[in-house]
Amino acid sequence: MNRPSLWEALRGVVRRDLLLAMRRRSDVAMSVFFLVIVASLFPLGVGPEPAVLRTIGAGVLWVAALLACLLSLGRVFTADYLDGVLEQMVLIAQPLPVLVVGKVFAHWIVSGLPVVLLSPLLGLQFGLDGEALGVLVLSLLLGTPTLSMIGAIGAALVLGVRGSGLLVALLVLPLYVPVLIFGAGAVTSSMAGMGGEANLSLLGACLVLSLFFSPWATAAALRIALE
Amino acid sequence: MLQTVALSCRRGDRRLFSDLNITVQPGTLLAVVGENGSGKTSLLRMLTSLLSPEEGAILWQGQDIREQREQYCAQLTYIGHLNGIKDDLTAMENLSLSASLVGDHCDGPAAHAALEAVGLRRQAHQLPTKVLSQGQKRRVALARLWLSARTLWLLDEPFTSLDTAATGLVTEQLHAHLKRGGIAVVVTHQEVGLPSSIVQRLRMNG
Repeated sequence: MNRPSLWEALRGVVRRDLLLAMRRRSDVAMSVFFLVIVASLFPLGVGPEPAVLRTIGAGVLWVAALLACLLSLGRVFTADYLDGVLEQMVLIAQPLPVLVVGKVFAHWIVSGLPVVLLSPLLGLQFGLDGEALGVLVLSLLLGTPTLSMIGAIGAALVLGVRGSGLLVALLVLPLYVPVLIFGAGAVTSSMAGMGGEANLSLLGACLVLSLFFSPWATAAALRIALE
Repeated sequence: MLQTVALSCRRGDRRLFSDLNITVQPGTLLAVVGENGSGKTSLLRMLTSLLSPEEGAILWQGQDIREQREQYCAQLTYIGHLNGIKDDLTAMENLSLSASLVGDHCDGPAAHAALEAVGLRRQAHQLPTKVLSQGQKRRVALARLWLSARTLWLLDEPFTSLDTAATGLVTEQLHAHLKRGGIAVVVTHQEVGLPSSIVQRLRMNG
């Protein structure tokens, strides 16, 4: 019978989500503005002391990126759940975890990639030098997909629950801790002249682990939500 | 052939139905009727494999659907109580995206033809579906039936918010599907306007 190839189904999921994001550009712009504003508030609050700013820069940018990702998690599954698109997706004759990867990838393109691209500009506000900026971009490039992957589990678990926005934060933030530590650590250690390779490798390992486990966990949570 | 064997369903503390045995032969429509809350939708969701039965099994061509989930889904078109369309996309985009996602053939002319067949005027094809009326949205969802060459159609209250003309069009399409040897399970409050020789009725009592 008619059955989409795995690639077709995956591409279809990504295409629809990106098309929807294009129609609702304001949603995307909001989380980007949130990141810019949060990252700009710190230099204003802490004061213009370059040494202090350089010390806190990596941590502040990473926390801001993490919160921006958290804000956008509600968009991953909630709308699809409410309008019935999710049940149609579950009934596609392809493994659900693969389709979940498609949705998370689209989410990352829309909410993670802008963060990565903007980060060097924001890093300049904190007086980070060229090498540190490079490590910052690299760490975010490895770290933000992990944040989306882990976040998807939380977003799927809270589907149909009242007050899900706060609940997803409580569920997901503790799991973000290792990513935050390694990500900010990579930048700080490269500024200290020790190179960020060790932390970047750990971030890479986190990404691989989450790529492996998160789609299954998310798919299981989605099936429970639809029962 | 679709069969249920000693199927039972429990939602929370309430037993909705138990020991349900039905067989639907190719070319037949099973009309599930009954009062609100009697488990009609739960039965339909079980048939889609979204809901797993408490006891018993559902057999498709003699084999449990849980053992052949992907092959089963490839033969299935389900239109639920929710339309499954995106408000921000146009009728055309909704139809062609959802068709290509499940692997039905759908190019531009085919999508236009399907939307016209379900009685949606050409002007409405390129509008975001959020500006359409309830009945028009339902039509966009049901247009998938004109693109589906699948054997098993599971429809939850397909005639809700449709006018008589659209109800007639959908009934005709159901008839054509049954003539091709397809099977349909329809949850409905209304009488399905098809000859009684091909309609099997199941009355659910809560």
